[in-house]
Amino acid sequence: MSTSVLLILLLPLALSAFNGLMGLFVPAYRKNEWLIGGLGTLAVAIPFALTVRLFLGFHGEPEVASYFTWIAAGDLRIEFAYRIDQLSLVMTLIVTGVGALIHLYSIGYMHGDSGYWRFFPYLNLFIFAMLNLVLAENLLVLFLGWEGVGLCSYLLIGFWYTDLKNSAAANKAFIVNRIGDFAFLLALFIIFAVVTEKTDGAFGFDFTTLLAPETLGLFGAGTLMAVALLFFVGATGKSAQIPLFVWLPDAMAGPTPVSALIHAATMVTSGLYLLARLSPMVLMAPTAMTIIAIVGAMTAIMAATIAITQNDIKRVLAYSTVSQLGYMFLAAGVGAYFVAIFHVMTHAFFKACLFLGSGSVIHGMHEVQHELEHKGLLGSHGATIEDDPLKTVDLPYDGDFDAQDMRTMGGLKRFMPVTRWTFLIATLAIAGIPPLAGFFSKDEILFKAFELGYNGQIWGYIVWIVGVATAVLTAIYMTRAYLLTFEGTPRWPDAMDSQPHESPWTMTVPLVVLAALSVVGGFVGLPAVLGGSKIHHFLVHDGRGPVAAPHHELHVPVSIEWGLLFLGMAIAAAGVLFAWFVIRWGSRGPEADTSIRRFFGPLYGTFSRKYSVDELYQKVIVNPVVNGARRVFAPFDQNAVDGAVNGVAKLVQDIALRLRGVQTGVVQHYALAFVFGVAVVLALMLLR
Amino acid sequence: MLETFLFFLFAVVAVVGALGMLIARNPVSSALWMIMTLFAIACLYITLSAEFIGVIQVLVYAGAIMVLFLFVIMLLNLESLPSLGAMDWKNVVAFALGIAVLAQILAVISLRLDVMPVAISSAEAADATSATNIGIALLTEHAFSLEIIGVLLLAATVGAVMLAKKKFV
Amino acid sequence: MHYAIRTMQLALNWYLSLSAILFVIGVLGVLVRRNAIVIFLSIELMLNAANLALVAFSQTFADVNGQVLVFFVMSVAAAEAAVGLAIIIALFRNKETVNVDEISLFRG
Repeated sequence: MSTSVLLILLLPLALSAFNGLMGLFVPAYRKNEWLIGGLGTLAVAIPFALTVRLFLGFHGEPEVASYFTWIAAGDLRIEFAYRIDQLSLVMTLIVTGVGALIHLYSIGYMHGDSGYWRFFPYLNLFIFAMLNLVLAENLLVLFLGWEGVGLCSYLLIGFWYTDLKNSAAANKAFIVNRIGDFAFLLALFIIFAVVTEKTDGAFGFDFTTLLAPETLGLFGAGTLMAVALLFFVGATGKSAQIPLFVWLPDAMAGPTPVSALIHAATMVTSGLYLLARLSPMVLMAPTAMTIIAIVGAMTAIMAATIAITQNDIKRVLAYSTVSQLGYMFLAAGVGAYFVAIFHVMTHAFFKACLFLGSGSVIHGMHEVQHELEHKGLLGSHGATIEDDPLKTVDLPYDGDFDAQDMRTMGGLKRFMPVTRWTFLIATLAIAGIPPLAGFFSKDEILFKAFELGYNGQIWGYIVWIVGVATAVLTAIYMTRAYLLTFEGTPRWPDAMDSQPHESPWTMTVPLVVLAALSVVGGFVGLPAVLGGSKIHHFLVHDGRGPVAAPHHELHVPVSIEWGLLFLGMAIAAAGVLFAWFVIRWGSRGPEADTSIRRFFGPLYGTFSRKYSVDELYQKVIVNPVVNGARRVFAPFDQNAVDGAVNGVAKLVQDIALRLRGVQTGVVQHYALAFVFGVAVVLALMLLR
Repeated sequence: MLETFLFFLFAVVAVVGALGMLIARNPVSSALWMIMTLFAIACLYITLSAEFIGVIQVLVYAGAIMVLFLFVIMLLNLESLPSLGAMDWKNVVAFALGIAVLAQILAVISLRLDVMPVAISSAEAADATSATNIGIALLTEHAFSLEIIGVLLLAATVGAVMLAKKKFV
Repeated sequence: MHYAIRTMQLALNWYLSLSAILFVIGVLGVLVRRNAIVIFLSIELMLNAANLALVAFSQTFADVNGQVLVFFVMSVAAAEAAVGLAIIIALFRNKETVNVDEISLFRG
């Protein structure tokens, strides 16, 4: 076990270093795209195989592999230790499995990119950091992975760093994440202070000790809530929840496989993983749980409403990701951590599939763009449509070309059948059409929220209603995205001659595999009325598993359970049909947005302005900080700091100006001083 | 008594020559006063039974170096200047320091010098330091130094020619 | 023959004192004269003063090494005179003066 874990961890790191260093120092190596990509993919595929072996041989008892003592100082004793249990196994399977598929996909997607040799080392490094995060046995190793994925996310968002916009997006992601990381650190400090004060001996943040009932008993109710909330703030940074979600849509500046791997399937779920891992602790802070559920629900509906108005295919998916993450936090908040992890899994399947599908589409549209450029049909190179949706709804397509804009697409099903079918399956999965994966996980989340409301906690009903509304919206915006992209007639210029083609097999194989998983992935978590959830049993393990569940059993009549199940189907179908009707038959293509716009009335403006959150942060946080810096710190810097520095320099200069008189340049003066020295030395010798 | 007399005679001549060099207004006069001092010192060497050094002194210093000096002085056609003009602070300090250093050296000589000569006859000393023995010492024990001095003189010759060339600077 | 001159009966101190006097006169020449050539002469005087002391010691101890050293000093003095005077000529060509207080390129 110990060797396997080491191999799983070190293989991505080693091949990342190998590919990176070879690419850096041997420029000729950069041309071997298949070698670099193949090694990069193997660096994830082999750990996946090893994880499957570990999974099959897993007996239900957590195992810890400790390698060496990382930090030993006073009461602090951090081991470099990893943990194999149900939760880390599930997460590792997702990370390496989806990761391997996306690596394979990247071989085709990144083909011909001048940064190809950088891409795979970054991606492998990300896998290494993510595995550190999910396999960690203590919070510090977890934090190491936590920061590592942040760094890789930064590197990969700014992958095409020559464009200032991409660098700005990378910076935004990094800086916003710092806020969450700071909260994470504060939580660590509080835990350390409490535990070392009340117990003797060394403490290493290891989960075995930390999550034991006797250790949790050391915390007061208030402290526990503070710690839980600080961890949640950390999670909102990584997992893009209100108020720190603003970085994720901008993070789409990175290559599409990065969006699929990091900003949809794995990294953004690490906040959720953290909460699930600490679920015994978080469950003891009910107020924090309520806050988590409400924030999750708000994020879900907010992002879903924004997603309806977006025209960039990747931005729709980005807001969809934020929205689905909101769902997961909703689930965590109502105490259903295993459902949250279940949704993490299904979401990883269908959202990765959607992102990779969008990448395939963008790949094809780039082909069209190059052809049009070649024919001289495009005025300005890569000009983008105005980023203001309100304006562009009235101006559907004005001659500029953006390979990511859904308004320039349409009718792609003729050209890219594999992409189309997989995208459709994933769309139906995320919309919640049974029996696809999204239906079961989403339904379970909503059921758990309803259950809470039914058992007396009114806010359970509130988040349930919000969740249902979000489910409808999800079905609408995803169907809209599918229809605009694949149905109808092509809307780019010269569509008769300039046609995209299906992507190479390295890109379609992952799509097919992920689509298949989106179909069958849900069956591990069937609702209770259909036979019970396997993943629930696996993760919770009758209270002995890593994911805790509330102690008090909640009960809902079977009839209501069935009712909710059918309601879930109905709302998903209603959303899909609504979008289909409005866009397909009501009016064609982007003009359909007019009817959506009419439906929402003045709210639509708010949605399309993304609730002005960025502007609000700019006004409330960035501007005061910048102005404060200008008014207070700049004068302080100029007067006090520079004054001190310049003062020292001036003092030295003044002294030097007086002293320079000594250096007359007349040799005789120097000789005089010389003889004076001789006289002094002789005098000293005589007087001795 | 003769040697005492001769010593004081040449000593007075040497000091007078040195002072003359110091206060002469014209560089040519300074050089001529200097030559007088050098001759006096050569005579002192002779009275010390160091004939070889005495002869070299006359040949090298009085004969070669001083002639070079006179050549340069005349070449540059220097106007004579007031040698000790206004007694500015620098000169006052210089004289004070000079007196002080002299007093100190004399004090050292008179008070602290323990190396009083052992009984070596002047004949013995003259034998030991005869031109023959100096030559033997130079070409055996100090042969390497002698070669180095030769190289140094060559380098100085070349350097002097280069420096004095019109186009050099 | 002439060695009747009983050198060693004369105290070594007298020679050293004379050497000191000549040396200090040389020092004064360096310090107070402005003419570079006279300064140079003064330096030669100091060298001679040192030579005198060396020869006096050499005769006192009947040691040939002192006079060998004097020989070397004279050689170096000759080299120095050649180079030094060449420098003075070059200097004069550039500055039209040999007064050291008018040449102060190193002034701070």
